[in-house]
Amino acid sequence: MTASRRSLLDEAASFLLTPGGLTLDDLDLGLGHALGPGVDYADLYFQRSWQEGWVLEDGEVKEASYNIDGGVGVRSLAGEKTGFAYSNQITADALAETGRTASGIVRSGPSLAVAPRVVVKGEARYGGVDPLTGLSAEEKIALLKEADRVARAADPTVSQVSASLSGVHEVVLVRASDGTLAADIRPLVRFNVSVIVVRNGRRERGSAGGGGRYPMARLRDEGVAERYAKEAVRQALVNLEAIDAPAGQLPVVLAPGWPGILLHEAVGHGLEGDFNRKGSSAFAGRMGERVAAKGVTVVDDATLVDRRGSMTIDDEGTPGQRTTLIEDGILTGYMQDKLNARLMGMAPTGNARRESFAHLPMPRMTNTVMLAGQDDPQEILRSVRRGLYAVSFGGGQVDITSGKFVFSASEAYLVEDGRITAPVKGATLIGNGPEAMGRVSMIGHDMELDAGIGVCGKEGQGVPVGVGQPTLKLDELTVGGTQS
Amino acid sequence: MTQAFDAAAQQTLLETRAQMALELARRLGADACEVGASVDQGVGVSVREGEVETVELSRDQGIAVTVYVGKRKGSASSTDAGEASIRAVVEKAVAIARHTGEDPAAGLADAELMASELPDLDVHHPWDLTTEQAIELALACEAAGRRRPGILSSDGASLSSGEGVRVYANSHGFLGGQRGSRHSLSCMLIAEDEHGMQRDYDYTSARHPRDLLAPERVGESAAERTLRRLGAGRPATGRMPVLFDPTLAGGLVGSLMGAIAGGALYRQASFLCDRLGDPLFPEWFSLQERPMEVGAMASSPFDGDGVQTRDNRFIDRGRLASYMLSAYSARRLGMQTTANAGGARNLRLEAPLDTRDALLARMERGVLVTELMGQGVNAVTGDYSRGAAGFWVENGEIRHPVEEFTIAGNLEAMFKGLSGIGSDTDTRGSIHTGSWLIDEMTVAGA
Repeated sequence: MTASRRSLLDEAASFLLTPGGLTLDDLDLGLGHALGPGVDYADLYFQRSWQEGWVLEDGEVKEASYNIDGGVGVRSLAGEKTGFAYSNQITADALAETGRTASGIVRSGPSLAVAPRVVVKGEARYGGVDPLTGLSAEEKIALLKEADRVARAADPTVSQVSASLSGVHEVVLVRASDGTLAADIRPLVRFNVSVIVVRNGRRERGSAGGGGRYPMARLRDEGVAERYAKEAVRQALVNLEAIDAPAGQLPVVLAPGWPGILLHEAVGHGLEGDFNRKGSSAFAGRMGERVAAKGVTVVDDATLVDRRGSMTIDDEGTPGQRTTLIEDGILTGYMQDKLNARLMGMAPTGNARRESFAHLPMPRMTNTVMLAGQDDPQEILRSVRRGLYAVSFGGGQVDITSGKFVFSASEAYLVEDGRITAPVKGATLIGNGPEAMGRVSMIGHDMELDAGIGVCGKEGQGVPVGVGQPTLKLDELTVGGTQS
Repeated sequence: MTQAFDAAAQQTLLETRAQMALELARRLGADACEVGASVDQGVGVSVREGEVETVELSRDQGIAVTVYVGKRKGSASSTDAGEASIRAVVEKAVAIARHTGEDPAAGLADAELMASELPDLDVHHPWDLTTEQAIELALACEAAGRRRPGILSSDGASLSSGEGVRVYANSHGFLGGQRGSRHSLSCMLIAEDEHGMQRDYDYTSARHPRDLLAPERVGESAAERTLRRLGAGRPATGRMPVLFDPTLAGGLVGSLMGAIAGGALYRQASFLCDRLGDPLFPEWFSLQERPMEVGAMASSPFDGDGVQTRDNRFIDRGRLASYMLSAYSARRLGMQTTANAGGARNLRLEAPLDTRDALLARMERGVLVTELMGQGVNAVTGDYSRGAAGFWVENGEIRHPVEEFTIAGNLEAMFKGLSGIGSDTDTRGSIHTGSWLIDEMTVAGA
């Protein structure tokens, strides 16, 4: 492992440093500029990414794009203060200039020395590969055309099919004044199908997709074009039959997998270290207290193999971890980056993430998962006299201070006398995080992870995330339909 | 900590690079090419509880190239605008165009539509501001808010100031550049009572620093907005009128524009497909676009295709008078471009305006919505369902704050049910509008 890790560092250095005439040894000098008087921690984050996207519409791949992005972000911390600057250029001059700018956050105080470098040993959670090269352009186009063909053949009401294939090859290297030296190569791919169906003048959409941190060729090998095309058509056809959703407070059963965005919004954000350090989270100061019903255990797990939210190392060079946030209903952990962990007297949990070198890292989720319970999913549905069964969702949002969260169903059904009956139109569900978690009354034994489509936004920065949960019953949640 | 930014020199540099890319594309066999290049620079500071929290200096650049080989198209972009990078980007775009399928609608906008009038629209007003001054302003803003009794703590005040240059060029020989600036100051505060914590914020934003509200006013307003949320209950479930705050009313205009955008129409992903000429709003309502307005947030003499912008009237006396089209989407629909590549610029309403009190009196009983959560707007069907917070209105008066409820309806019914617009116009963004009173929606609360 040591040998391959060293070669990962060398590989990252060859992508990031060599073109600008730098070596790993030069980084200490660069870091010195950021570690000015009064600065107690500084880091350099080098990144380069190659991204491509192919889009099919009207049966033809008419559009494809390619993007090259890269640079270095330099951060200087002094107590709670952060100075930050970045540059598209990775050169000695750029490091000096950005370092001096970032360290300008304080002018006086002791001058620390850069600690000798310690290579961070993070266990690989995905292959350090370029995911874009495994398929030829013709094969990528063929995959998209297959999705088009399958979707159109699936039902005569299908009037529009769009499919997209995208991938990112990202190389990062972190050098910090605490000695950290770490590198990572992060693949990320995704395949999506969206269809429009039209019947008797009524128009509906259905969509499906997924991916993860692996080569594009795996998308083909796993038959995603056919699977997601059929799934998108199925969902659109369900929506063609949907009646108006109910309005008011109802029991809600969530299907396993992607509906786990409930956790992401209702509890996840509220357990990020920065909000708790500042006391702005509804969960602040509640460590060790009951914040969810018995049986609810929630983890943030960056170590899942090849998942969209997984990280071998985080963006500060801390190895990705599995952190238990809630255990059997009791709050046991926050997600931390170095800044907030230090200020709260805690340990970093490998949750420091940033959209790019041009953004500051913050504590962020990776893959947030509720562990399986004991209940039979059929039994859970049978326990509902009148309620909602929500299978798929669009986005969600939370106000971490009041704890109010929403998420929008894109496929849902009425449950009447324990049976799934009519599909209903998409509706927003709203609740209060701690309250909703207290109303979890049944937890299925069918934990599933989502297909790999999540993007989490915080302070304008988007990062890929995963979610997972078993079938789940909440005794009461407000459903935002139109039928009161 | 300020960085020098010579906008004129940057513009010249970007123009040179754009032309270099065009020339390179021609030599590599492209029949047509278009290039967008930009550079932005700014400073952002945030303070919290009377202390500096972050100081951020940003400098972003990028170049994006689209080439056409016959009717095939390829695009590539980079955040590195150096010569080597431009070469790589153009080569990649040409390589992609060898693989993509033919698209009869592909290509530049017609040459005769290229903008020839390129007046200075007075949108570039850089702020000669030191980091220390920026911090002082943010501290003053936060202090004014924290002074208010009942404010528990601050979630921070931020000031950001930036300027930039963007250039668009294409192989018709069009070359347009524009410099712009934007400055903003915001403050978010937290208050608490026995039911828990609430937070809210306010901000000011302008092209010219002199048009910003005083820091103290922003802080005080943020405090006001936060305190008034304390003690919130939940509204009753039922059908009732809903009054949208100006900022949120702007979002309804945004949903309309999304549904009449060419891209949504040719994909049949809009509830307003094939509806040109139909009455969508009450007769007293018109909506126009004023892209050449001097000093406004989204002013530009040319659109993303290089086409000369012009005043558009999207809603005329209640009827859908025009779609919002780029050259490409227009070709797809067999229509003419409306010079809206890149979106709408400066939307203005034409409607009789009422005071907020008059609107409250007209609604009598319902909810005034001041915050919306989630993305529950379905552009394909117009179905609308979102989380909300605001105030309960009874007998035409604001009674108490309400939260944790949803409002639901369908955009088409909501547009038809528009029954009044407030004179409380929000001019901070590119959509200027006051409050919107919608006659009936479903509120789901307690």
